[in-house]
Amino acid sequence: MIDFALSRASSPAEASEQAAKSKTAQQGAQVRYVAGGTTLIDLMKLDVETPVRVVDINRLELARTERQPDGSLRIGAMVRNADLAHDPNVVRDYPVLSQGLLSGATGQLRNMATTGGNLLQRTRCSYFRDLAYAECNKRTPGSGCSAIGGHNRTHAILGTSEHCIATHPSDMAVAMMALEARIHILNGQSEREVPIGEFYLLPGNTPNLENVLKPGDLITYVTLPPPVAGARSHYLKLRDRASYEFALASAAVVIHVDGERIRKARIAFGGVGTRPWRSPEAEHALEGKAADEATFRAAADAALRNAKPQRDNAFKVELAKRCLIRALTTVTT
Amino acid sequence: MATTPASIIGRAVPRIDGPLKTSGTAKYSSDHNFPNMVYAVPVCSTIGKGRIRRLDSSAAEVMPGVVRVYRHGKVPPIYRPIPHDRTARIDESRPPFEDERIYYNGQYVALAVADSYEHAKAAAGAVKVEYDAETPNVSLDLSDGFNDSMQEESKRGDVDAAFASAPVKIDETYVTPVETHNPIELHASVATWDGSRFVLYETTQAVMNHQAVMAQMLGVPRENVQIVMKFLGSGFGGKLWPWPQAMLAAVAARDLNRPVKLVIDRSMMFTCAGHRPRTQQRIRLGATPDGKLVSLEHDYANHSSISTVGHFRENCGEATPFLYSTPNLRVRSNVVDRNVGTPTPMRGPGAVPGLFALESGIDELAIKLKMDPVQFRLMNEPKLDESKGMPFSSRHLKECLTQGAEKFGWSAYKPEIGSMRRGDITLGWGVASCSWIAGRGACKATLSLRDDGTARIACATQDIGTGTYTVFAQVVSEKTGLPLHKIDVVLGNSSLPPGPTSGGSMVTGTVIPAIIQAADAAIRQLLTVATTASDTPFQNRKPEELVLTEGRIQLKSDAASAVPFETILKRANIRTAEGEGNSGPNSTDPQLRNYSFHSFGAHFLEVEWDAGIARLRVSRVVTVIDVGRIVNLKAARNQVEGAIVMGVGMGMLERTIYDPRNGRPVNNNVADYLMATNADCPEIDVTFLDYPDKLLNEVGARGVGEIGLAGVAAAITNATYHATGVRVRELPIRLETLMEQEKGSTTRRA
Ligand SMILES: Cc1cc2nc3c(=O)[nH]c(=O)nc-3n(C[C@H](O)[C@H](O)[C@H](O)COP(=O)(O)OP(=O)(O)OC[C@H]3O[C@@H](n4cnc5c(N)ncnc54)[C@H](O)[C@@H]3O)c2cc1C
Repeated sequence: MIDFALSRASSPAEASEQAAKSKTAQQGAQVRYVAGGTTLIDLMKLDVETPVRVVDINRLELARTERQPDGSLRIGAMVRNADLAHDPNVVRDYPVLSQGLLSGATGQLRNMATTGGNLLQRTRCSYFRDLAYAECNKRTPGSGCSAIGGHNRTHAILGTSEHCIATHPSDMAVAMMALEARIHILNGQSEREVPIGEFYLLPGNTPNLENVLKPGDLITYVTLPPPVAGARSHYLKLRDRASYEFALASAAVVIHVDGERIRKARIAFGGVGTRPWRSPEAEHALEGKAADEATFRAAADAALRNAKPQRDNAFKVELAKRCLIRALTTVTT
Repeated sequence: MATTPASIIGRAVPRIDGPLKTSGTAKYSSDHNFPNMVYAVPVCSTIGKGRIRRLDSSAAEVMPGVVRVYRHGKVPPIYRPIPHDRTARIDESRPPFEDERIYYNGQYVALAVADSYEHAKAAAGAVKVEYDAETPNVSLDLSDGFNDSMQEESKRGDVDAAFASAPVKIDETYVTPVETHNPIELHASVATWDGSRFVLYETTQAVMNHQAVMAQMLGVPRENVQIVMKFLGSGFGGKLWPWPQAMLAAVAARDLNRPVKLVIDRSMMFTCAGHRPRTQQRIRLGATPDGKLVSLEHDYANHSSISTVGHFRENCGEATPFLYSTPNLRVRSNVVDRNVGTPTPMRGPGAVPGLFALESGIDELAIKLKMDPVQFRLMNEPKLDESKGMPFSSRHLKECLTQGAEKFGWSAYKPEIGSMRRGDITLGWGVASCSWIAGRGACKATLSLRDDGTARIACATQDIGTGTYTVFAQVVSEKTGLPLHKIDVVLGNSSLPPGPTSGGSMVTGTVIPAIIQAADAAIRQLLTVATTASDTPFQNRKPEELVLTEGRIQLKSDAASAVPFETILKRANIRTAEGEGNSGPNSTDPQLRNYSFHSFGAHFLEVEWDAGIARLRVSRVVTVIDVGRIVNLKAARNQVEGAIVMGVGMGMLERTIYDPRNGRPVNNNVADYLMATNADCPEIDVTFLDYPDKLLNEVGARGVGEIGLAGVAAAITNATYHATGVRVRELPIRLETLMEQEKGSTTRRA
């Protein structure tokens, strides 16, 4: 851990101003916000993140969850994961999000972790986290990937490239993918809104660039569209132990069954993708079909058709399918 | 010792050190701080084999607060320990920085010392090391150990002939992975030097052994080294013997003439502080069609570090020779070198991986014989220890099995695979026996009865978090009648009368006789004082006429004569009456040499299998344990329940994964190294048979710390087979194995 300056922002605009001095908002950022600190401080101790300035945003008034006049739900970036999981609106209208949050990390971590921080948590790839490996394209562009050819049981099978196979670890973001959340970003005085589906980047040739954030960008809110009447949702996470483990595969499903037919389906996977993995293929295979096992299986097959397993994680293909089928079965019966 | 119904022995007494721990006032080794203290942080190798070409610490040395950077060639002498010295045991015997070779990934190559932990850590990170790297051997296949150099550990009859002609047999290989000790407390050394003597605050399960090793490796007389360890944040065997950080802290303290604190980090726990080694075990069993075992062969190899670094044999055949009756038996072992840090005992060393293999094999054979696995075990129960031709001091394994079966509801067992269900969930039931050695070592203890009405018991053993402070106090209370709060238990300091290592579940069995003797001697002295001091009602009486009950001295014949013992001491102007007690090893006691001492138990276990999502969980465990008389029911239950939870981890989760290319642990932190969480804990029902083993000591207590872990993993894989039809012979059970093989298992046998 190297020396760094710590400052406390008193307003979102001021925080943004400080962060704007960074050359990048991606890997190697010289300025980082600290929210719960559960990702950032961990990586700073490992020297994977080496900001020269850390801007504390814990005092910003972004810690409320409010229903908006149009029925959408606006979640402040500083709302803690534990609070969001138990928010009555979330529990009632977006169970997939509450369940997803509660399946993540531990009670202690969820008490600290924030909505903004969770969206931006870094991968748990051991090779990314261990500086003894010089080869990591995410840390050092162009250096290579140690995970390909290493132990890669927990790595991604969807959205990988020959340069990076790191899994996006978040559960919350997966649920938000299925809910088609929108991310509100402030930069100086200007604000913009990015659909979560466009927020995360595929690794491609630049695994060091993980999302669309630019220097000075501060996530202020996440909004969830108004709940679709009659839709049901569910989050299922599969892993070796019963708690405190990142997903080997997880599925977030939001589904509206109208009589016999599935009218609308929103499907996302966790634990298998290089980003929280929305699956239009699965949605397409479901919509307009009968809510039965054959349809679910077809959706699962479609979702995983392009999966590229590594040496140690071929099982994730089948596991992800079973996860989706079970999640759909649970939510439709 | 007559234990009346009111006796404190056997009661569920809460820990006397509990308030200190829950209030944060218990001082663990790394909690010791001294003026002028400096902090040391090791630099670890990033290759698994090779040599250091260049180590450049010039940048680090000029960083803020940096005091010194040590490395090979730039470190005061650290000597090798005397080989095979049983009083100075160590597994990694290569002194740190002895040469420039790298034997395993993570090996210490330098040590940065600075005025703060942060400065030392930054400096360690700035040390530049270049290596000539070679390809390390971290092969997971240990077949290279299965050759003519295997060592015969036990043998009877003609196992080759018996196996060849056995009508029913199995021949299978079982594998257990590397498991890393992950106590919450990291290994820590705080070293002080006063110009001639070291006082070392260490995370150790053995202050006496630690003292002996450190004296040898630092090159000073034993009396110039004092080891202090008041509380241990657990050890599980990983803290039995010293590790290289201890020598580094001590030589730096002497060299700099300043106290040095060295706390290793979690990743170093995975490389430089031991682990349970990988084992590969071949079990061959032969039986008659009606279920009589005729042949038992157990061949195994474990990996160890390159032998110049350290050599460790995992005694997988610990329980094999005597667990079952069979005329023909052979156990052979071998150790194969790998580029890994040195292994060390982990809770139930040998027996735990060994019984995974043996109890799996027994299950497989019972299934082949179409016999109930409980019945099969009962049928092959020996009358005596057939490996030694000696009676057991006390063996009640049959009762463990029958009582366990009863409590678990085993009569409802249906052997067909996947035939038992709870709703949509498939249940699997499994059983396994367990065993662990019992015994007594050498020990001294002194007891003082003081003129303020309190007692002090002192012994250079340690409480490693298991309740030893409390057990000592209970025995003293039983002998003196004093309440627990009037008893000071003083442990964890090598200056005290020499006591045992906290390992092998031997402490309780060993110290009880010494405490009893010490108490008897102190009471004798007290009663003599009572008869000789003037101005007491007992003046001119004979000591034999007196007795100490509930802290009061009285005439045996007259309860009304009772006087608090401190009153007598005060009147005599004597501060303390003292007594010393000794225990000796049972192995050299002529009365006991012809008995075989072991503890036994049986686990009955249920798993839930949700095939649709490949989810396997342990749901229920019933365990019956035969460890002699229980001294503290609460501590004993805690040990066995904790061991079962650890067994769930062993069966389902734990394994240290090394990168196949360079031998670097991949999951070297407590988030990625999976252990059982609370959510993974099944419902656990523990019963103690509580038959005193009076041959071992007056109370009849054997140790209880390790046995509960043995057999659990086998019970899990046996239950898993019952649920899924998949026989897992390599731990831990992984969901991918179950998914792949369940699909393929068309032969669904009973
Ligand atoms: C051991 C462990 C296990 C875990 N298990 C799981 C799990 O099973 N599932 C799961 O989903 N997660 C898991 N997590 C991850 C956890 O959810 C994240 O660490 C947490 O959500 C991050 O939130 P934070 O507020 O602490 O982020 P911080 O560490 O404070 O910040 C993370 C990043 O986000 C940036 N940032 C924070 N807020 C903003 C903002 N408003 N605008 C712009 N940038 C911002 C920071 O600069 C930093 O780069 C685990 C974490 C740990 C340590």
